[in-house]
Amino acid sequence: MDFKVFTQNRADYRYTMHMFPMLRLFLSSILLILWLTGCDSAIDRPVVVEFWAMGQEGEQVKALLPEFERRYPDIRVQVQQIPWSAAHEKLLTAYAGDAMPDLFQLGNTWIPEFVALRAIEPLDERLKTWPSAAVSDYFTGILATNQLGNQTWALPWYVDTRLFFYRTDLLAAAGFSGPPATWDGWLQIMSRIKTLDGAQRYAILLPVNEWQLPVILALQRGAALLRDRNQYGNFQHPHFREAFLFYLSLFKEGLAPPVSNSQMINLYQEFANGTFAVYVSGPWNIGEFERRLPAAVKGKWMTAALPGRVVPSTRSSLPSQGRRDSANPVPPSLGGGDWGTGDDDLAAGVSLAGGASLAISRTSPRQDAAWKLLEYLAQPEQQAQFYRLTGDLPARQAAWNDSALTSNRYTEAFRQQLQHVQATPPIPEWERIANRIAYYTELAVRQEMQADEALVALDRDVDRILEKRRWLLEQGLAP
Amino acid sequence: MTCRLHSQTLSAWAFLVPALLLMAVFFFLPILAAFLLSFTDFDIYALGDLDRLRFVGLSNYLQLLQSPLFWTALGNTFYFVIVGGPLSVVISLGAALLVNAPLTRFPGFFRTAFFLPVVTTLVAVAVVWRYLYHPRYGLLNYGLSLIGVDPIDWLGDPDWAMPAIILMAVWKNFGFNMIIFIAGLQNIPMQLYEAARIDGAGAWRQFRYITLPLLGPTFLFVALMTMIGYFQVFAEPYVMTQGGPANRTLSIVLLMYEEGFRWWNMGYASAAAFVLFVLILAGTMLQLKLRRREPS
Repeated sequence: MDFKVFTQNRADYRYTMHMFPMLRLFLSSILLILWLTGCDSAIDRPVVVEFWAMGQEGEQVKALLPEFERRYPDIRVQVQQIPWSAAHEKLLTAYAGDAMPDLFQLGNTWIPEFVALRAIEPLDERLKTWPSAAVSDYFTGILATNQLGNQTWALPWYVDTRLFFYRTDLLAAAGFSGPPATWDGWLQIMSRIKTLDGAQRYAILLPVNEWQLPVILALQRGAALLRDRNQYGNFQHPHFREAFLFYLSLFKEGLAPPVSNSQMINLYQEFANGTFAVYVSGPWNIGEFERRLPAAVKGKWMTAALPGRVVPSTRSSLPSQGRRDSANPVPPSLGGGDWGTGDDDLAAGVSLAGGASLAISRTSPRQDAAWKLLEYLAQPEQQAQFYRLTGDLPARQAAWNDSALTSNRYTEAFRQQLQHVQATPPIPEWERIANRIAYYTELAVRQEMQADEALVALDRDVDRILEKRRWLLEQGLAP
Repeated sequence: MTCRLHSQTLSAWAFLVPALLLMAVFFFLPILAAFLLSFTDFDIYALGDLDRLRFVGLSNYLQLLQSPLFWTALGNTFYFVIVGGPLSVVISLGAALLVNAPLTRFPGFFRTAFFLPVVTTLVAVAVVWRYLYHPRYGLLNYGLSLIGVDPIDWLGDPDWAMPAIILMAVWKNFGFNMIIFIAGLQNIPMQLYEAARIDGAGAWRQFRYITLPLLGPTFLFVALMTMIGYFQVFAEPYVMTQGGPANRTLSIVLLMYEEGFRWWNMGYASAAAFVLFVLILAGTMLQLKLRRREPS
């Protein structure tokens, strides 16, 4: 190679200007390749764990990592932040493209899907090194969503469930001192709140395009959502039907406005105005309510665990008895039979076991390092710290004794509720089924379909969705 | 002689092969794969383990035709094409005539300004338009309130959501067609207009008997491209409404996307893609036929 010649020749000056960078690029890329391949065998290079986390969590978790990297100097963590709205697609595409991260966050309802994909590594072997107290420190109902077929596939990172956010001053105006523990009690409160003077008023906001409350009510009623090893829909069963009718009656009686999420322009403003007194929501709204509610309603709202069908033995928090029977009897159409006065103790006050978990990719070559990071994030101190950063409720109960949680008056109801949570059916098709439930519920609420018609159609759709699952079970190709 | 021809063909092939290769790998092969996929039930299970894949024949197509959601999406797509398409063509023609008119000052400025939305990222546009459409703080409702019209929940009201999407799409896209129309207009010889003026034709008759007929080929091209593009509407409803409210802005491609990438029903989504392909093909044939029948 005599490219030096060019530089010595003035006439070829322009030529060199083009040639030189190209040659340099070429040579340096060869050097780079040599260096990269050569260094692969080096022992002292830290292992880089790729960690995908969603939304705010992906942003905030970075604050926990310097301490981790200090404890494990041979491990470096690379966090990839993914927006929640694209997270599910992105993980599936990564799996299809064989580009999975080593450790990733996922919604706990997605776990069955990723197990069916064989995308995640079971953790049971590694969990054997844990003291049993550490495993049982997780909320039982939440941990159960991470277990499938006698194996633990992921560990809960933070938890999420739904309960009541309510206006204490409106409850007081209606003559009740505290939240009742039964639907019966709440119905009385709600029908009374509806008659309070003031602007057009509803008692409770239930966005019609959400599936959660109908499902919660059905679980409370003891309904099995699917039947025969989750092979068929079970929505025409009297238990689900009863819960469904009860849900619809809340709209028919005018206690809940038939609006969808997008139609409620400013939820916080409407809650402050008292357009509705009760809202069913999750922990993320503690922070939102604190931030967004105007000063006038500061301290005038509270959280309460969901009511159950059964009156518990402790009646300390029940409304003042004098109000209960006389003035505002519950309309006969509400309650649909023995709702709220049931004498069996079916699933009292149960809510959904939600939240996000952390899982290790089955194909990751760095599973040991990923496990160390997972273990670190599961420590109660890190869980509490993560709560301070994000407001996400810890999955480890030990973390709840941290002052950050005990000093927040809104979290106690969540702690109670989390003792009574139940998982949705652990099958990959659940999200689609939930989507159909929301769809038909909205049609029934908007009275474009009769309740029973909607349930028949729902069963038909769900049976079709589960067709593949039935075939797989038949073939013994366990899903 | 034959030898020279042969070497010419060879060199022609040499030039074509890279492009053809790219097209084969990134275009024809995926289409073929999608076509085959549409006869299978490729889903999340099959993705995990190919043993769990079944050939299902035409069942995806039959299911599609029986699904009310597909018909909703089809209706919405036709609504978008039939209202939005002609509107877009007419507006771009109008804009082209205005920009091209000899009286217009700073035609270059207007050409750029009208073309700007075409090259702007749709997501950025959507953010701005969501503000414009905001029921309480939106500029559009503010304007309407000045003439005494009650506020409209543009994106939340099932009846208004599609018109709102169409309005935005037309605004976003008309610049492209306008440029093509301008090129077409500038190809019309000035002498024809001169002759017409001498014969006493006014502005309207000049437009009707010179501009429109001579724009014929341009018109056909614009109408076809617009129709094809509008049949594939996806990004606008995806970023503005996610197909809501009550599925009133769910388009076929959006349905395809949901089935394919949200639920991972690749077989079913591929079937939807081929149904859309047939529809677009039929629409194109129809336009070509109509155009041919017209006396030139």
